[in-house]
Amino acid sequence: MAVAAALDCLRDRDRSAVDGLFFASTTAPYAEKQGAAIIATALDLRRDIFTADITDVLRAGTTALKSALDAVAAGSANQVLVVAADSRQGPPRSETERNAGDGAAAFLVGREGVIAELAGSHSLTENMLDNWRSAGDSFVRSWEDRFAAEEGLERIVPEALAGFLDKHQYRPQDFARVALYGPDARRQGRLARRLGFQPEQVQDPLFGRLGSAGAAFAPLLLVGALEEAQPGQLLLTISYGDGSDLLAFRTTESLPDTSGAPPGCGGLAGHLAARRTLESYETYARWRELWTTDDAARRPAPASPSVSALWREADKNLRLYAGQCNGCGYVQYPAQRVCVNCRARDDCAAVRLSDRPGEVFTYSMDYIAGAVDTPLVVSVVDFQGGGRILCMMTDRELAEVRVGMPVTMSFRKLRVVNGIHNYYWKAIPRRFGDE
Amino acid sequence: MNGIRDRVAIIGMGCTNFGERWEANAADLMVEAAYEAYADAGIEPNEVQAAWLGTVSSFRTGQPLAEALKLDYIPITRVENACATATDAFRNASYAVAAGIYDIVLAVGVEKLKDSGFSGLAVPEAPGSDVTPPTPPPSQFAMAATRYFHQYDIPYAEGKHTLARIAAKNHHNGALNSRAHFRQEVSPEQAANAPMIAWPLGLFDCCGVSDGAAAAIITTPEIARSFRRDYVLVKALALSVGAFGALRSDWDFTHFPESVRAGQSAYQEAGIANPRAELDLAMVHDCFTITELIIYEDLGFSPRGRGSDDVAAGTFTLEGELPVNTDGGLKCFGHPIGASGIRMIYEVYKQLQGKAEARQLKKADLGLTHNLGGRPGSFTCSVAIFGAAE
Repeated sequence: MAVAAALDCLRDRDRSAVDGLFFASTTAPYAEKQGAAIIATALDLRRDIFTADITDVLRAGTTALKSALDAVAAGSANQVLVVAADSRQGPPRSETERNAGDGAAAFLVGREGVIAELAGSHSLTENMLDNWRSAGDSFVRSWEDRFAAEEGLERIVPEALAGFLDKHQYRPQDFARVALYGPDARRQGRLARRLGFQPEQVQDPLFGRLGSAGAAFAPLLLVGALEEAQPGQLLLTISYGDGSDLLAFRTTESLPDTSGAPPGCGGLAGHLAARRTLESYETYARWRELWTTDDAARRPAPASPSVSALWREADKNLRLYAGQCNGCGYVQYPAQRVCVNCRARDDCAAVRLSDRPGEVFTYSMDYIAGAVDTPLVVSVVDFQGGGRILCMMTDRELAEVRVGMPVTMSFRKLRVVNGIHNYYWKAIPRRFGDE
Repeated sequence: MNGIRDRVAIIGMGCTNFGERWEANAADLMVEAAYEAYADAGIEPNEVQAAWLGTVSSFRTGQPLAEALKLDYIPITRVENACATATDAFRNASYAVAAGIYDIVLAVGVEKLKDSGFSGLAVPEAPGSDVTPPTPPPSQFAMAATRYFHQYDIPYAEGKHTLARIAAKNHHNGALNSRAHFRQEVSPEQAANAPMIAWPLGLFDCCGVSDGAAAAIITTPEIARSFRRDYVLVKALALSVGAFGALRSDWDFTHFPESVRAGQSAYQEAGIANPRAELDLAMVHDCFTITELIIYEDLGFSPRGRGSDDVAAGTFTLEGELPVNTDGGLKCFGHPIGASGIRMIYEVYKQLQGKAEARQLKKADLGLTHNLGGRPGSFTCSVAIFGAAE
């Protein structure tokens, strides 16, 4: 999701101008090993950049955004990409499971072409055990909800907001929109009233359509506010978790005057419109490995991927580079030592396929190969400009799959074996962008 | 180049019952096949001077063949070349005889697949990055079917019906064969409406996963004459290995160049100008019904895109112009990977000798076998041609 949001944000931009990447999440894949490095590689960013994971707390998203703003303000970077993504899991049938949603938001923080400039910030830190998850826990734990609300969210956020207003001499009514964190619709609504915001000021929290998206939630709502804002408006984002971060932005004349995401991007509205409803809780439970179902084929469990092979193939698997022959121009994936077209040896240049539009050349729908995403759609995709890949297709409705179907590539986790999160690209139906 | 035509002969063959041979291990299967071949040839085990063992996953070396058959410290080479394994073991054994190194050699193909505990094939792979999608063979060939229907503008129901008729034909032939894994007739309607395995391929579009072994005793034609009058001559042994399909974005998925090239080279070696007219039977690699359909075209039995017409006309049935997979094919005889190639040769051998029982063709003087190993885009393909003794 982090890569998908970042690709949506970076579309058509010069990726080599990005000097840093902050990744915020409470559910990063590894306890030890950087998520930002995986994301930066998948995004094909430069190697001489500053990266960090900002983790472990629900307000990590705003913390990352604030850190990026500080880095740019301090002059240590010209452009910093901030990606917040979360996929928190509560125990089956719990409040957390019902109210939580998964999502990711990305921001490019820089000096030029700014659509919203920082107009004040404030933070408050208070050690608070209302939600927590220890190493080894699968699910988020929480204390009795009235305690968590009364002594946590509904005491700490008002105190933080008061500090912010006082510091910057703002009044609640100054803000056109407030991107306000909340664990569920009721608590979020009550918090907004307590903070003194009118209902029309509160950015639609998307409960019932998305859910509380953890560290990405306040950032996601800020994206929503930006998509709907006019130039010259004040927006406020408020996060929560062991305290609270508040960040105010004033939109500029560079803000696109049309509402919604810029052309070619899905943005929040586009992604919500493209969402698909799972047919059953069982499907969700299988994806989340809450249920381990009997694989009809009963194949042996896959062995650990070879780490040296993963390392050697980073260009092929993560950056999705093909090779283009310098002699004859033929594009081939994976890149070959000897050109498949003219047999020139060791004379090809890397070309990135991950952001090229593709079309399905042929496919099958396999009812025995997978136990979760059944039937598994295996596709052969041809890219505009050349290159062909054999890959899985996901996020698809079976009825829409056809030869000639427009697709785009999406960075996905294939499986976790031996504690190794193995990522690769899958094709998904092209829902945004050209054609 | 002299080629192999008429330079080696088969004087004995054996083939086990194929199927889920729960009671037998791979050594048991090799003993069954080899001793049938010894008896058929009328030779003693100690007359074998060298042996080739084809197996994909049952053994790593040739030594288990020596152990099972108590061969007397003779040279044995294990051959592994995916689904072309057995034919390649046969090919290498033939070349050793043709080169004059040995007089009498043994080629055995064996596979014990049904100890894995699941349906489908377990293919051990070297450690790697593991990002290639899980594409078991049904999915790979389903992509060929999807593209075939698309390219020739064949409506789904019509395409399925063509494939179903191929399945029904092979089930009919298999039902006549006491050694076949599957011995029941299946109607085209049953086949077309069977549960999906990998769309558009259903259960009856897929071949069996079986245990089995097959063996051949190979010698020179001169020596063969001293053993029997109805020995069978090798007319051609071709192997083509693909390197381009999977990497090229202009490959169509509807023809397999490896089959085309191996076919052409075998026809040339055997001196065949018109395979459809000159061949009396063909045993081809029907791992899936779509594969058989494409092979008709690749081997020049049917014009491109017109295989369906010949299926509809019954061209490839036992009574047809060019019977294909007379023993039930991979579809019904079964597919113990490392044994299948020699199993096909076994059927051609028996047909050429007039010993194919209820499946016996009226005229059987020239027969072909064909194996496709690997996956569409990167096959290892063997084509072999056999003729009756003069």
